Amino acid sequence: MLNVIWVGIMLISIAAGAATGKLEQVTNALLGGGEQAITLALTLGGAMCLWGGVMRIAEKGGLTALLAKVLAPLMRLLFPGLDPSGAACRAILMNMAANFLGLGNAATPLGIRAMNELSQLNPEPQSASRHMITFVVLNTASIQFLPTTVATLRLKYGAENPLNILPAVWLTSLGAAAVAIALSHLFALPNKKPQRQASASRRKAKA
Amino acid sequence: MSGVKLVSVWAVPVFVSLVLVVGVSRRVQVFDEFLAGAGDGLRTCVRVLPALVALMTAVSMLRASGIIELLVEGMAPAAGLLGIPPEIIPLALLRPVSGSGALAMLENIYATYGADSLAGRVASVLQSSTETTFYTITVYYGAVGVRRTRHTLAAAAGGDVTGIVLSALAVKLLLG
Repeated sequence: MLNVIWVGIMLISIAAGAATGKLEQVTNALLGGGEQAITLALTLGGAMCLWGGVMRIAEKGGLTALLAKVLAPLMRLLFPGLDPSGAACRAILMNMAANFLGLGNAATPLGIRAMNELSQLNPEPQSASRHMITFVVLNTASIQFLPTTVATLRLKYGAENPLNILPAVWLTSLGAAAVAIALSHLFALPNKKPQRQASASRRKAKA
Repeated sequence: MSGVKLVSVWAVPVFVSLVLVVGVSRRVQVFDEFLAGAGDGLRTCVRVLPALVALMTAVSMLRASGIIELLVEGMAPAAGLLGIPPEIIPLALLRPVSGSGALAMLENIYATYGADSLAGRVASVLQSSTETTFYTITVYYGAVGVRRTRHTLAAAAGGDVTGIVLSALAVKLLLG
C-alpha cells in the first residue's frame, strides 16, 4: 500500500512539476526532503525521550491503570476485543488525553508507544491490525478540546472573540472523528482473510 | 482568552507534577524509570527515521510541484455548491499533507480576509478539527514497520472530507 502511494506521489510530483514549470523546485524538494526528516526526528527525539520517561513513571505509579479503569466503557466501544486494562489500552488513553488537551508534541510519542503495544498483539506484523487502524484514524481526526495555536493566531489577527469558534470546532471534530471511526469499523466487517494470504508472498518479496 | 492561556500554561506542569508526586509516593524509582522510558523513546525514534525520510521527501516534492494549486482551481466550483468558501480550499488540501504549510496558509487567510470573515472562521474551525493525516499515518505505521495500511487511508480521508464539509456548515449554523 505504502509502496504504491510513495511511488505515485513521487512520479506525480515530477510530472506536475514539469508541466507547471516548477521542476527545479521539485528537484530541490527531492534533495532537501531527507534533511527535513532528520531535523524533525531530532525535534521529535527529545520529546519522545521526555514523554517516554514521564509515561513510564506514570505507569509504575499506577496512574495510567486508574485512567484505564475510568474510561473502560469508552475503550470497549472503540476497540472491541482489546483488554481495557492491558498495556495497549493504557498507552492509547495517554495519547488520547494528550490530544484532547492540545499537547501535540506529547501526543505523537505516546501514540507511537501505543502502536508498539498494539503491534505486539498483531499476528501479522507487516499488516495493520483492526485496532491499529481505529487508533490511527482516531489520531488523524484529532479530537481537540482547546485549539490553542489557532486561538493565539486569531487573537494576533484581531478576532473580536478568538474563542467563539469553539462550539463549531467541537461539533466538527466530533463529527469527523465519528465518521472516520465508523468507516474504519465498517471496512473491517467483511473478512478478507483469503486476499491477505494472496498478498503474503508479495510482502515477503518486499521484506 | 485568559481561560485558554491558563490551560495551555498549566496543563504540562500540573500533569508532570502529578505524575512525579504519585510516583514518589508509591516508591517508584523515578529517575531510573525515566531513563528506561527515555531510552525506549530514542530507539523508536531511530526506527521511524527511514520511513520519515522517504515519505517527507515525497510530500515536499508534491508541495513544490504546484499540483495543489491546480487542484484548487479545479475544485472551486464544486466547493461552492457545498457551501464551502473557495478561499479555504488551498488550506483544506494542504492540511492533511503538511502541518507547517497549513499553518502558513491559515495565517495567509487571516491576513488577506480577516480572522472574523467567513473564510477566516471556516479556516479556523477546519485547522482546529483536522490533523496532518498523511504525516500521522506515516509516523505511526513507520514506527512499527507496518507496510500494509489496509483501509486506514480510506477511513481517514472520509473523516477529513467530513471535517471540510462540517466546518463550513458548523460556522454557518453556530456563528451565523
